[in-house]
This record gives sequence, structure tokens and C-alpha cells, in this order.
Amino acid sequence: MTMQIADSVSLSASDSKARAQAAAARNNLRTEPRPVRIAIITLAVLFLTVFVVLPLVVVFAQAFSRGILAYFAALAEPEAMAAIKLTLIVAAISVGLNLVFGLVAGWAIAKFEFPGKTVLITLIDLPFSVSPVISGLVFVLLFGAQGYFGSWLREHDIQILFAVPGIALATTFVTFPFVARALIPLMQEQGTQEEEAAISLGASGLQTFFRVTLPNIKWGVLYGVLLCNARAMGEFGAVSVVSGHIRGETNTMPLLVEILYNEYQFVAAFAIASLLAMLALITLIAKTVLERHLDEGHEPRDH
Amino acid sequence: MSALAARRRTLPGFGLTMGLTLSWLSVIILIPLAGLFLRSLELSPEQFWNILSSRRTLNALRVSFGLAFAAACVNLVMGSIIVWALVRYRFPGRRIFDAIVDVPFALPTAVAGVALTALFAEKGWLGAPLAALGIKVAFTPVGIFVAMIFIGIPFVVRTVQPVLQDLDPEIEEAAGSLGASRSQTIVRVILPSLAPALLTGLALAFARAVGEYGSVIFIAGNLPNVSEIAPLLIVIRLSEFRYADATAIAVVMLVVSFVIIFAVNRLQRWAQSRIPAR
Repeated sequence: MTMQIADSVSLSASDSKARAQAAAARNNLRTEPRPVRIAIITLAVLFLTVFVVLPLVVVFAQAFSRGILAYFAALAEPEAMAAIKLTLIVAAISVGLNLVFGLVAGWAIAKFEFPGKTVLITLIDLPFSVSPVISGLVFVLLFGAQGYFGSWLREHDIQILFAVPGIALATTFVTFPFVARALIPLMQEQGTQEEEAAISLGASGLQTFFRVTLPNIKWGVLYGVLLCNARAMGEFGAVSVVSGHIRGETNTMPLLVEILYNEYQFVAAFAIASLLAMLALITLIAKTVLERHLDEGHEPRDH
Repeated sequence: MSALAARRRTLPGFGLTMGLTLSWLSVIILIPLAGLFLRSLELSPEQFWNILSSRRTLNALRVSFGLAFAAACVNLVMGSIIVWALVRYRFPGRRIFDAIVDVPFALPTAVAGVALTALFAEKGWLGAPLAALGIKVAFTPVGIFVAMIFIGIPFVVRTVQPVLQDLDPEIEEAAGSLGASRSQTIVRVILPSLAPALLTGLALAFARAVGEYGSVIFIAGNLPNVSEIAPLLIVIRLSEFRYADATAIAVVMLVVSFVIIFAVNRLQRWAQSRIPAR
């Protein structure tokens, strides 16, 4: 504040020159000599190029290495189409389930005070720190032939493992925290005043949620769904354990990448991989845009 | 305080939404994880010990934990350099490189795996020049190390970046004008302020690399005792229907992850307690 007042007062030329020098001296205290700066920037750029940019570029280079026709021919294979379809179905199921859960959990956790809140949030976060392979393994131990429910499922002729339900379940496990984690801090920050006003004016709980809360958190919902969907479509380890790799039936896109790659069908493997890489890039761009919207939503509330 | 609590309770639906949250959390996360621990209790301590102390298991755990730690250390150093460049300097393409840091988060692990393998294979863009120098990356433990560096880098950058951004410029200026050299200021003033974030980033990168499967198995070579990671050994034991072995290895890995979460939570609390109240 004091700086702004000083700025608005007109200063003589010598004063402003002295101030500029002082500012330069202060900046010098906060930065490094030019060669050091250049070395650090070069190292950072080089590292990101080798470890992040090149792997991305190589996916597309390999996918188009036999030309554009071979690329589209690989994507038009029935096996590829089946994998794309399965991936979309599984993502729709797990994103849908986690969206509903995220909204419900957000309401309970962000709008009310209760003991054990931190523990509950830690439990919701658990899947982030469980190895993908273990996320698949837990369902094999429950529903596999030797699993707790294995014999019961066989008697009733219900197929969970090596079928869509198992894949959807493992994917839901892995993507469990995304929507809830995007919504809880946002809803906490927004407080409960608007909802309380709606209730006191006679709105029902559901009306309040759909007319007051949901419009306030719509960018957060989109943000959570976006990240949840990216992970759901790209999940490999957990799905690999429960899928059974039945060709044309239980292979999602990432699993098909592995199979084609191991069969040395590199163009086909990288063609599918390029679709997933594009999904990742679109997700990142959309994420950047949404973060801008979310930041805008925050600013007026902070002041 | 009690008035606030009372006021908050005026919104409806706490019982219903909390009930649904706890039930769904139990069905999807807690019961399946509890099943794993129950399974491991069916093993006698002796069986458990025999599985874990077998040469192949020990080597797989050593490869996973050892290389994950080494990769997390590289991430700590390179991540700090990247954060410094992104926050403190202006250079062409800075915003793009800032966005690109998140690629390892967003890129499906299987895609990262085949891409890194193609890049570092003997005929790959980077593998060929490295092979000329006599360095073999793909299908060796070095390949696992490279994949783990790839997967861990955003964790360090994204935990340290906001802390460096929020660092009060005045403390640096004070140190500088009191006669500290730039390197003294960095080591004695900036580094201690970043320490909790740096350690959190290290822990998160380590935890992710230990459990990583998709981006590693393509480039690893998967030679038992040499370049076989623990998650792959779990998958192999499952395919051999040796559920006990798979369970025992998984339980060890889970316990380590839980210890890391606990440590990270403590770190966060420590970091928060150090921020002076304004």
C-alpha cells in the first residue's frame, strides 16, 4: 500500500533515478550472475526436453513411421476399435461413479464440521499411494477363483474378474480421489452462507444443491472429471491384473498397446499410444484453461 | 465456536451424505484393502518370512526401492533446478515448459513405457549415441532408473514451485544487504525455507516410483534378480497362482506406502507450523 502511495506522488527526475538504482541494487540481491542464470535455464530446458518432450515426440514419429495410411489402417482394426470402445465404456462408468461420490463426499466434508475429518480425507486419498498392481490385486483376492467371494460368484454364474465389471471396479478404485479432491477444498472455501440463505428462504436441500452449490463449483467439477477421465482411460497396471487379456473383449487401449508392442507391431502399438498421448495433451490444455477459471473464481472471494 | 458449529448444522443432508460417503469408501477402498491384509494374516510368520527372504523377492524389492530412491534424489536436484528456472527467470518458452512438467502425470504409463523404450533402445534417438559411448540404457536397470526419473519429476516441481513463489523477497534482500554472499543466502536462507517442500516432493516421487509398473516394465528387460521390479513380481506370482507370494510382497509395499503418507502428513504439518501467522 505504501508503495502505491509513493508511486502516485510525482517525483523529481533525480529522485526517480535514485529509486531506479536502489531497485536495481535490490534486484541484484535476489538473483544470480548471468552465466549461472544461463546454466540453470539450459539445464532445466535440456532435462525437460530429454525426459518429457522427446518421449512425446517419439510416440507420434513411430505411429506415422509407415505413413498416414498405415496409421489409420492400424486404428481401424477390429481389435483396436474394440479396445477404444471398452476404454470409453469403462471410463464412463468409473467417472460417473466417482463424480457422484465426489459431490456427495464434498457436501458431507466441506459443508459440515465433524471430528476425524482429516482422517477421512486421508482415506479418500489412499488410492493415490497404492501401487496400480496392488489396486488390481485386491480385487483378484476378493473375486478370483481362490478369492473370498470366488466360489459364491461361480455358483451364481457372475463374472467380475476378466470381464467389464472387474475392469470398471479396478479403474474406479484407482481414480477414486480425483473428483472429491478437486471439490473438497473449493467447497470449503466457499463456505455455507449462500446455502444457508437458500434454506432459510424455503428451498429444499436438493434445490439448494442444484441451484446454489452446483453453479458455484461447476469449474471444479469439470476439473475433477477431466483428471479422473484421463487417468481412467490411461490406467494400465490395475486393469492389466484384472483384465485377463482376452483379445477383442477385455483389452483396453493401454493393454492393447502392450500386446501389439510385444508382438513387434510397432506402428499399430504407437498408433493406439498416439491417441492416448493426444488425450493427455488435450487434458493438459483443458486443465490449464480450467485452472484460470478456478483462479478467477477465487480472487473476489479472497478480498 | 459452538455457535458456529450450531449454525453450520442448519444445512440438511449431513447424515445421508456422510452415510453414503462412508459406505462407498468402504466398498471400493477399505474392504478390498482389508481383504489383502486379512489374506496376509492367513500366512504363518514363517511362511511370510520365507517368501520375503527368497532371493528373487529380495532382489525385486531391492531393485524397486533402491532405484526409486536414486531416481527420487535425481528428481530432487533436477526438480529444484527446474523450479528455480521457472519461478525466478524469464526465458522464451517458459510457460510451455511449465505446462510440460505435468506430462508425466497425464501421459498413460503404458505410453510412457513404450515411448521411453523406443527412445533409449540401441537404435533409438538417444539410445544410439549412448550406445556409441558404451552406455546401455534400455533392458538394463539403468532403463528402470530413467523411467522412474520420468515419472517422478512433476512431484518435486509441483510441491516446491508454490512455496518458492510465495517466499517473501524481503528475507533475501535482508540477508544480501547484511553482507551475505548469494550462495550463503541460498544455502542459509532459501534452502531451509524450502526444506519441508523439498522433502515432501522427494517422498512423493519415491512413493510413486516404488509402485510404478506401466512405464517401467517395457524398458526394464525384466530379468529376474537383475531388472525385475517388485510390482512385476506380484503380477508374475499371480499368473502362477501363487497368491500367498503376491500377497506378502504387496503387504510389504503397502506398509511402506502408508509410512510414507504418514511422513508426508507430518512434513506438511511441520511446514505449516513454520509459516509465521500474518
